[in-house]
Order: sequence, then C-alpha cells, then structure tokens
Amino acid sequence: MKKVRYSILGLLGLAMVFIGCNDSGKSNGALSSSAAEKVYVAPGERDTYYAFLSGGYSGNLTVYGLPSGRMFKEIPVFSQFPTSGYGYSEETKPMLNTSFGFVPWDDLHHPDISQTNGELDGRWIFVNGNNTPRLARVSLSTFETEEIIEIPNSAGNHSSSFITENTEYVVAGTRFSVPVPQRDMPINEYKGNFKGALSFVSVAPDNGRLNLEFQVLMPGFNYDLSRPGRAKSHGWFFFSTYNTEEANSLLEVMASQNDKDFIAAVNWMKIEEYVKNGGGTKMAANYAHNVYDEHTHTGTSTMKKEVITVDPTEVPGAIYLLPTPKSPHGCDVDPTGQYIIGSGKLSADITVHSFDKMMAAIEGEKFDGEAYGIPILKFEEVLAGTVKSGGLGPLHTEFDDRGNAYTTFFISSEVVKWNVGTWEVLDRKPTYYSVGHLMIPGGNSRKPFAKYLVAMNKITKDRYLPTGPEMEHSAQIYDISGEKMELLYDFPTHGEPHYAAGCPAELLEPRSKKIYRLDENKHAYVTPSPDQARVERSGNEVHVYMSTIRSHFTPDNIEGIKVGDKVYFHITNHEQDFDVPHGFSIIGQNTSEILVMPGQTKTTLWEPKQVGVWPFYCTDFCSALHQEMQGYVRVSPANSNVELSWSLGE
Amino acid sequence: MKIIVRSIVLLCSLLLFACGDKEEKKEGFSVERSKSSEVNTETPATTNEVPASQRITLDEKGVGPIKELTLDPEINTEMVAQGEAIFKTNCTACHKIDKRFIGPSPKGIMERRSPEWIMNMILDPQLMVEQDRCAKDLLVEFNGAAMANQNLTEEQARAILEYFRTL
Repeated sequence: MKKVRYSILGLLGLAMVFIGCNDSGKSNGALSSSAAEKVYVAPGERDTYYAFLSGGYSGNLTVYGLPSGRMFKEIPVFSQFPTSGYGYSEETKPMLNTSFGFVPWDDLHHPDISQTNGELDGRWIFVNGNNTPRLARVSLSTFETEEIIEIPNSAGNHSSSFITENTEYVVAGTRFSVPVPQRDMPINEYKGNFKGALSFVSVAPDNGRLNLEFQVLMPGFNYDLSRPGRAKSHGWFFFSTYNTEEANSLLEVMASQNDKDFIAAVNWMKIEEYVKNGGGTKMAANYAHNVYDEHTHTGTSTMKKEVITVDPTEVPGAIYLLPTPKSPHGCDVDPTGQYIIGSGKLSADITVHSFDKMMAAIEGEKFDGEAYGIPILKFEEVLAGTVKSGGLGPLHTEFDDRGNAYTTFFISSEVVKWNVGTWEVLDRKPTYYSVGHLMIPGGNSRKPFAKYLVAMNKITKDRYLPTGPEMEHSAQIYDISGEKMELLYDFPTHGEPHYAAGCPAELLEPRSKKIYRLDENKHAYVTPSPDQARVERSGNEVHVYMSTIRSHFTPDNIEGIKVGDKVYFHITNHEQDFDVPHGFSIIGQNTSEILVMPGQTKTTLWEPKQVGVWPFYCTDFCSALHQEMQGYVRVSPANSNVELSWSLGE
Repeated sequence: MKIIVRSIVLLCSLLLFACGDKEEKKEGFSVERSKSSEVNTETPATTNEVPASQRITLDEKGVGPIKELTLDPEINTEMVAQGEAIFKTNCTACHKIDKRFIGPSPKGIMERRSPEWIMNMILDPQLMVEQDRCAKDLLVEFNGAAMANQNLTEEQARAILEYFRTL
C-alpha cells in the first residue's frame, strides 16, 4: 500500500516538475507551479519569514528561514555552547545557575514571541526549560539569551512559556505535581497531597524583566499545555490536564482511566487583583533569577527567597474546569478568542469549547460537581462542537486568518485542515512521520500570517540519507495559501522541536543588531583602547586586559605567569564592523573558546598546569592575516621570580 | 626520527635551562631576502616608483561618501580633542603616531592625501581598497592587513581628520 502511495506521489512530483517547466513564471494553483520554485530562495536573496524552532533536548533554540528551511543560527539558552562560549565564559556561567547549582542543560520547549494587542511585536521570544523548571527570555535584537528565571514549587515546566496578549505574563504550569513545599514523604501518598503550581511571571514592558508574581496551587494533576485567552477571552488562561486520576505509577495505564480530564480555565486578571489587594500566602522559596546585561556583557545570578502562592478556593470565580475527553494534550485558542480546542490525544475527535458558552455556564452555575473545591462545568454546556476528523491522536492546532484550523495527528501521521465554526474537515495531508507540533507564523495570536505551515515530526526513518541509529528530526513545509495544503519541502531540524514560533521577516530584520558599540561597553574588565591593555596580578589571580582587531592581540606576549595561577583573559573586540568576531583559545584550557562580537568583552579562565611557553590564537577566521593572529604565554614554576610583563611588537 | 632527535635536543635544553636561566640568544637563520615593506617597486600591482605610503596624491579624492570638503584655515581645537579620543579607542590598535605599525602612521598625512581621501578611507575602507589605486597599493605595501571599518559617523571621521592636522 505504502509503495503504491509513493509511486503515485512520485508520479505526481514528476508531473509537477514538468508542468513547472512548461509554465514557469505563472502560478495558477498548486499543480501549475513547482514546489521547488516555492521554496527556492536564490543566492543573495532572503527568506520572507523567520522561524524559531525549539531544540528540545539540545537545550537551545534554532533560527530558520521560511520557505527555504535554511538554519541561520543556534541560540544557546539552557545548554553550554562551545561555539560561542555560552555557559563557559565567566560572563555567561551565571545564566545557568539554579537552586541546584550550575545546571548546564535543559529540555527546551514552546517558543512564543511577545505580543501587543494580541499581535506579534517581535521584541522578545520566550522559551521554557522542562527539566529543571525555568523560563528564558531571548532578545530579538541581539538574538541572545537575556534572562532566565527558575520556577520554584514546579517540576517539569511544560505548559509554558505562553504569553498573554499584551505580554503581561508568561506562564509556567507544572507537568509533574509534587509536594509543595517539597518534603520527604511516601510517593504513594500523592493523591490529594501533591500540588500542581501554575506560575504567572510578569514581563516589564520597557526592558522585559521577569518577576514571578504569584503561583496558583492547583490539584495534583499534570498540567500539559496552555494558551492565553485573546480578544474577548483576554484575561483568561487555559491549561490542559491529564492524570486527573492522580496516579503515581504506571501512568501509561493508570492515567488513562477517566473518560475525560479537564481544561482548566484560569481568570488570571481576577487572581492578579486578589494578589494586588494583599491576597495569597507568602511562602519561603529558593530560586535563581539570572539576568544578562547587554552593556556590561555580563550575567548576574540572584537567589530569590519568597513566592506568593494562591489557594484557588480562596478566589471564588477565578478557576473552572472544562471536561475534555481523553487526556487532552494541545489546548489551543483561535484568533478570535472564542474557541478553545482540546485535542484528546487518545481520541479520534477534536473537542472545541466555546468561551461564550463557558461564561454562560458559569453565570447559570451549570456545574457537574467539583474537584478539590474547583467547580467542574457541564461538558455539554461548554461544548461548541466536535471535529469528526477520521484521524487518530490529535495533538496540536494552529490557525490561519481565513477561519480555518490545522490540527496534527500523531498516530495517523497527518495534518488535518478544518473549518472553525462548521467543524467540517476540508483537507488532510500526510506527514513523514508521526507529527508532533505544527507552526503557522502568528498562528498563536490574533493575527496569523498564514502562507506556510511547518509540521515538526517525531520520527524521521527513511526521509534522509541514513546517519546511523541517531537522526535529526524531520520537518515539513506546506503551502497553505490555497484551498488544499501542498507539501513543499522536507528539512532536518536540530534536537527535537517542541513547537516553534514564526513571524514575517520585516518584523525583525530592521532591528537586528549588527555590532555592540565600543563606547557603550560597560564591562567591568573592558579594555577601552589598546594602550590600556595590561596584565594585573593579585595573589594567584591574574587578569589579562586584552584587545583584538584584525589581526592581532594586544598584548600578544605575556611573561610572569606561574603554574597554579588562575588567569582570566578579558578579551575586548575593538572591531566595529558587522560580522567580524574574534575568537580566543589557549592550549590546555579546561573550558571552551570564546567568540567575542564586535565591541564586546568576554572572559575565559585558564589555569596553567605545566611550565612552558604556550600559544593562544584566534579561532574565527577574521582576515587574510588570521593565521598570524596568535601569541604566547610564558608559564614559569610556581616559585619563579620571573616578572610579570606583556608586550606587542617589541 | 627527526622528531625524536628534536625531542631529545629539546629535553636536554630544558634540563639545562630548567633553573630559569636566560637562554642563549640566537641570531636565527638568514638568507638573502628583501623585506616585504621594501618591495613595493617590485610588486606587479604597483606601477608607481614611489611606495604608496610616500606617494603624494593630493588631487585624488578617493571613492566613498565624501565628494568635496573644504577645511577652515583655523584648526578647531575642540574637534581635535574629540578626534584624538576617537582615534585612540578606534584606531591605535593598528596606527601609532610615532611609528609604522600594522598600518602607516598618520603623521604628515595631510601633506600626502586630500581631506576627502582620508575621510573616505576611514568611512569605507573596503570600497576604497576595491576601487582606489593608492588604497590598493597601500594594502599591498602593508602586508595585506586590510583596514577595518570602525563604523564611524562622518562627524567622527571629520574630528579625526582635524586631529590629523595637528600631527
């Protein structure tokens, strides 16, 4: 069957190529233009969309262009990254600090671009660390991680990092419920005792700084995914749940007992007001807040000691549970804010709740019991419709600006297009294989830019040349501008993308920073001009103030270093031209090289262990004389009296 | 084999000098070679007899944003101070006042180059090296070390020029 399908596809492909040749220049519907033409971005030309793909277990965020599928950058967020020295340089080590100490890795999920009035504004992109619960904010002018905040009382920060429609809050809902506060207790006393924290982290409008404002301590369910209300439902946030059985073992079976779990509707505005009026309980906590400053080029980590927790039963009318069949995974809100889509991952159908009906049911007190004091709304009272898809295993839904929704089906490996309102299935296209998330630029906002759809698959198998047992995950681009979706292109991704965010290129292109200005460099160890390059010793700590320009280091000869010293090389790149970084590495360094952007200062630590004369060099090919960009450090025995000296060209 | 012999020699010398004594000063080897900075007349790219750094091209304005510039007879001291500061942070990595370094010393440049040429060289060195004869020859004379574009504004470049007038 599969073979037959491939041959048909192959024939179709061939036909498209032929037609494409005969008909170049014109495009009258999907079949009259070639898919290759649609994804081809000629040398020197640029893509029309940015796509930010989560890197999953790589811990990082990758930047792609659409429609070409070309990868432009990997932005290190939660993982050490020797390519730039992130997490290795002295300035960026604090970014990976947590209450558990230095954690050099995380599982990065769910990018979301900042919004104003429900539309993408391109200031920042937020991502979450799933393993050691964290949220990160990445600047979309420097494309660097600027802030990471740890989430206390949480475990498995999965229903995150989605934002409200004016970027008031970025949420962090816990996937795993845990004892709050953490304590030593039997695991099988989970039921009724564990809590699921939904954290609301505010975003300062001017500089994006994050602050954990409050945590709602929900029943011990698993909070899976979430989406903000928008337009009419602005002020609410929706979280899907599974394991409402509160099982603590063999969840594969035990968490699938209930016919329905819930989507929790949280009126965050109401809770915000409650907290502003002094509500909530202050709880002792310990969590890291790490901020990177663009002008000092330095990260600092502060431990925070307190958090405000909210007992949902103390704020009546703030939280309701919407019964949703079969362990819902995706919880997606359409651009109008009217519909909340719950994808029961063990189901064939997609459940759509109505915001208006929900409000009416609340008003009319159409309850179907309660869970730990939280009212459960009657399923029929909130249900807007069911999409009888014919597929299996719906996971995630995105939207276009023409009233359609697109849902991925993991088990049946396909994307299904359906009408929001009539619930009628309009089209379906296979994915290769086992699709997880999908992304339409702006597809999680009031204003989607619905030309392309990217499907992110979990299984690659035969799509590419084999590379041993481990392969990168595949993604596929579809043209969704017509009635029917058209598969255009396959491309490999990095790590495992769990969701992505995209936007039109013109939103970010003009504000992308080209250089850091040297005269704005406020680094504590900056070398503002080459005549201030020097080496200072204090005990066994040595600070080298070094500057670089094509193609030499100032200084490039250093003597008087001793075995056992801790030598800090503070490198200031004096270039002020776009795309002229210099690198620095030295033999036997126990960290990574550092890549220093124009106008930036970065520091690497070297602890010489052996007597000798040791070279260092520039790691980034910077000019025709790059190979000459090198120097020597003389290392003498610990008891030596060789004087500290440095020079260039003498 | 060679490596082993070398290692042994190295080891021996290490043993000899392990106490931190000064190593014997060696002269290095020498063959008949002219210095790259003196070979301009032989460089095929150069047609002029005089090295580019000493050539006088006051009539050339170069290529770039500055087409015409008239200098006030009086030197603006405030601008000089600004220019000196900008020069110090952005240029001294390669240009020393008292000597030839990575690039030429700016001393006496006003007698060799037009104000427009100097400004254009600061503002768009890449274009100059591509299209201006003298800039091309300078690149060869200075060992292929291309001048970096420091992204200065016209105002900043103008201040540097004013500073050059005092050198």
